[in-house]
Amino acid sequence: MNRTMVWLLALLLASGAAARVEVYEFDNPEQETRYNKLIGELRCLVCQNQNLADSNAELAVDLRRKTYSMVKADKSEREIADFMVARYGEFVLYRPPLNANTLLLWAGPFVILVLGVGLLIRTIRRRRDAQPAEIDQAKLETAAALLDTDQDRKPS
Amino acid sequence: MTRALLPLGGFLILAGLFWFVLGQMNKGEYNPRDVPTQFIGQPAPEFALPDLLDPAQMVRPSDMAGQPWLLNVWGTWCPECWKEHEFLVYLAERAGVPIVGINWRDEAADAKAMLTRLGNPFTKIAFDPESDAVIDWGVYGAPETFLIDAEGVVRERHTGALSPQIWQTKFQAYFEATENPS
Repeated sequence: MNRTMVWLLALLLASGAAARVEVYEFDNPEQETRYNKLIGELRCLVCQNQNLADSNAELAVDLRRKTYSMVKADKSEREIADFMVARYGEFVLYRPPLNANTLLLWAGPFVILVLGVGLLIRTIRRRRDAQPAEIDQAKLETAAALLDTDQDRKPS
Repeated sequence: MTRALLPLGGFLILAGLFWFVLGQMNKGEYNPRDVPTQFIGQPAPEFALPDLLDPAQMVRPSDMAGQPWLLNVWGTWCPECWKEHEFLVYLAERAGVPIVGINWRDEAADAKAMLTRLGNPFTKIAFDPESDAVIDWGVYGAPETFLIDAEGVVRERHTGALSPQIWQTKFQAYFEATENPS
């Protein structure tokens, strides 16, 4: 069982690693870093929850080649990202810029955090201030008596 | 206990939302994977690619200036393209609509065979095996159709197969306006 799991996991990891097949040569390590950063941050438009680096879609291959040729031509990261945005819109960026359209996207988590903390503080205060419930003394004694005896316990 | 009904209320709101969105998707009015084009109201991006049927000739969008025309991205590997082809032939032959094709990521022989079999609705066909023009037009799937007006400005875009209904609602008006100036 355990061995099967290990094999399945290995297969899963292998398929991810095999996604990028083409080998590109760069003039210097800085270009290679720029290329790898870009394909990690640009979205594949076909399989929309993958970046270019992870995708095997043919369009992703073509977009990687385009990115490579622009990196080779010494275009800056910004220029290449702008090139993609001009054609495919900001959706192509995995890290969208902060503007009116994406405000909710960027601020959303913090808004939810503030709401959550507020709710938590309110709940804690309410619990602390709550009066201890009044319990009938007679009932308490009955309960204690019941707990002390083993009468209603079934033989095990 | 109205509080106990809160989760039920939440469930019903979500169920209603999902029902509505799925309905829109089934009617083809909403596609969650659709990426809006950047080119509506923009000048048509220029490219120069060899013609599929005559590689000595270059196909350029600027060649089409002075009339409204369609740019249609297709490939033999795309089932929806086979589905819409008959309608494209109808548009070209009966309605006289000029259609420029971009044959995307195809083998030239396969593309020519499809045209022989189903007819050729295109005035020109740019052969684009490496997505050059396709990337410049922000295309990510086929079929995809753009309408460019006489001034060379992109006016409409449709992803997926064209149908008479879509033609009437999105495209037809541009061609009537030029054919019957009244």
